[in-house]
Amino acid sequence: MSAVSHNHDDLVHGHDDHGHGHDEGMPHVTFKGYMTGFILSVILTAIPFWLVMAKVIPDNKVTVAIVLGFAVIQVLVHMVYFLHLDTTSEGGWNMLALIFTAMLLVIMFAGSLWVMYHMNANMMPVSVEDMRNMP
Amino acid sequence: MANTATMNNASAQEFYLTEEHHVENGTMLGFWLYLMSDCLIFACLFAMYGVLGANYAAGPSPKDLFDLELVALNTSMLLLSSITYGFAMLEMARKRKTATLMWLAITGCFGLAFLGIELYEFHHLIHEGAGPQRSAFLSAFFTLVGTHGLHVTFGCIWLVTLMVQLHKNGFTTVMRRRLNCLSLFWHFLDVVWIGVFTFVYLLGVLR
Repeated sequence: MSAVSHNHDDLVHGHDDHGHGHDEGMPHVTFKGYMTGFILSVILTAIPFWLVMAKVIPDNKVTVAIVLGFAVIQVLVHMVYFLHLDTTSEGGWNMLALIFTAMLLVIMFAGSLWVMYHMNANMMPVSVEDMRNMP
Repeated sequence: MANTATMNNASAQEFYLTEEHHVENGTMLGFWLYLMSDCLIFACLFAMYGVLGANYAAGPSPKDLFDLELVALNTSMLLLSSITYGFAMLEMARKRKTATLMWLAITGCFGLAFLGIELYEFHHLIHEGAGPQRSAFLSAFFTLVGTHGLHVTFGCIWLVTLMVQLHKNGFTTVMRRRLNCLSLFWHFLDVVWIGVFTFVYLLGVLR
């Protein structure tokens, strides 16, 4: 029980730091934060475009993996520096909603691709013979 | 059990404070939940593109169609509009109305430039006979990229609306909250665009 009350205490104090100073719920924005996000985004965008347009790596699979990696990092950069997401905003509910969405997204996306590609692979090409004998 | 009575006294106030804080601001959380649901719409469209993206129906493939230099230009427009919106938010924090309006206007211009380039690309594709009805790949492509473009269009309309309101009302609490919501929306669209240029354009050309 005392642990619970401690948690509440922390929560209230944690929010006091930047919650009530200006409007509640408004993120604390800084020039440095936006510029860091912007410069990182430019770098993280330019490298994949360069890799693909200049065909730097002969092996396509390696390029695909690197490009996807850069995209994931850039999404995280945007989340932190532009969307101002952290674990304390809205008492953690923002983060919880995001994690839930990410989970659904992965299940739906990976699941769709997995199932559909397997169905593709298991489809036999139909011959004229088979078509004649079709029910 | 022995300390229940003291606990009641001690935690009553803290509990009250915590509750009060939670009901203070529901809009930002609600808007965030809307964005997450929007995220799921895009996830469905991405999954659809992933499934259908290789079905060319003997038509053109991404390699034949996509002009990466144009896409890079488009990407930079959206990224620049993101940072200028950030500058508008910084000016809002300093309560400088004219500067905020100026940065919002610049953001709107970049947004319109993005839309213009995208419409040019769509027009070019359709003119070449690679319209949405050509193949499953192109249907999926136009649906996914078009939905993103529609979001940016509505973002621009919203931006102009807020500029007019800001000009009239100044920095009221309501206006600041609205501008914050649009900030989330605008940056969210940039996040979706990262997925589009990576998954559709770059990986499409590599395929």
